[in-house]
Amino acid sequence: MPACFRLFPVLLAAFGSSALFAAEFNQVLVDKSSLSFVSRQMGVPVEGRFRTFSAALSFDPARPAAAQARLTLDLASVDAGSREADDELIGKAWFNVKAFPTASFVSSAIRPLAGERFELIGKLTIKGRTQELSAPFTFRQERGHGIFEGTFPLRRLDFLIGEGAWSEVSVVANEVQIKFRFVAAPAASSK
Amino acid sequence: MRHAGYTRTAIALHWLMVVVLVGLFCLGIYMHELPLSPQKLRLYTWHKWAGVSAFLLVLARLAWLIAHRPPAWPGDMPHWQEALARALHLLLYLLMIAIPLSGWLMSSAKGFQTIYFGILPLPDVVHKNRELGELLQTLHSTLNLCLAALVVVHVAAVLKHQLLDRDQVFRRMLPSRAGKR
Repeated sequence: MPACFRLFPVLLAAFGSSALFAAEFNQVLVDKSSLSFVSRQMGVPVEGRFRTFSAALSFDPARPAAAQARLTLDLASVDAGSREADDELIGKAWFNVKAFPTASFVSSAIRPLAGERFELIGKLTIKGRTQELSAPFTFRQERGHGIFEGTFPLRRLDFLIGEGAWSEVSVVANEVQIKFRFVAAPAASSK
Repeated sequence: MRHAGYTRTAIALHWLMVVVLVGLFCLGIYMHELPLSPQKLRLYTWHKWAGVSAFLLVLARLAWLIAHRPPAWPGDMPHWQEALARALHLLLYLLMIAIPLSGWLMSSAKGFQTIYFGILPLPDVVHKNRELGELLQTLHSTLNLCLAALVVVHVAAVLKHQLLDRDQVFRRMLPSRAGKR
């Protein structure tokens, strides 16, 4: 096989990070992606994450207006750091997973801000309540993959997450920081 | 020259620690059985703040102890009893230092940083690690049971001096017999 053919993937990888080969990224690599959160308990930041979610997106950095993103999150897959906390979170006062097993996000617009920064706008539904959400994120390309990263504050009481005694925000703060990192491969057809 | 009793400061620190440690011990036993609730999180936080305070108090006590020698033992006390009393006091101090340290490390290993009075964050010297957290929890409760057992011995020794020997050992730790300072 001629050497140039063997070199081709290397060249593709090298150019893949430049705008020359700007491609649409639409295959989310779930095992490389993560969805985590930081809550504050009596002022102490405590980290947690969701183990199971599925995401669909199509994003071409050259045409952000045409981009779309969707996320479905298995709320029972929450890992809040201890068995006791996980059991509590899936219960009625928090996520109530029996009645509302999943949370979802559907984008309505993606706007370019500056450089690698973009703004994601859409509707977030948790526990049967839907709220408009806008979150800034960065997009960069690494080894042919598109990496989307962002952090935004979510007010848990807007979705009745933590009812009854837990609605007192002096123990668990209302504001929870959500951190996401999605890694996506480009569409097969653009290779 | 040595006076008959401990200094006022030593006496104040001793009795203050009695109150703080008994409170911490009872709170620890009570709170860990509670189902998860905002009140439980609040109690854990207070326990941690009080534990850090107890650690600072014991350091202050040790500093005072080094600077101000404790009063002499009764002249007729057998040498082996004196050695035993010294060993017991040493163990009490070691546990009063080790227990808050084990609690702090346990909290870090369980993924909960300690922020003293919600203001001063203590460093997490160990990373979050479930097995280590459970090990440190066992250590924390075992050390506490050891301290409780030694406190029983400590009180029994006081009663022995007070009721059987009828000497001045207990009086040395009472405010009325305090020396100056």
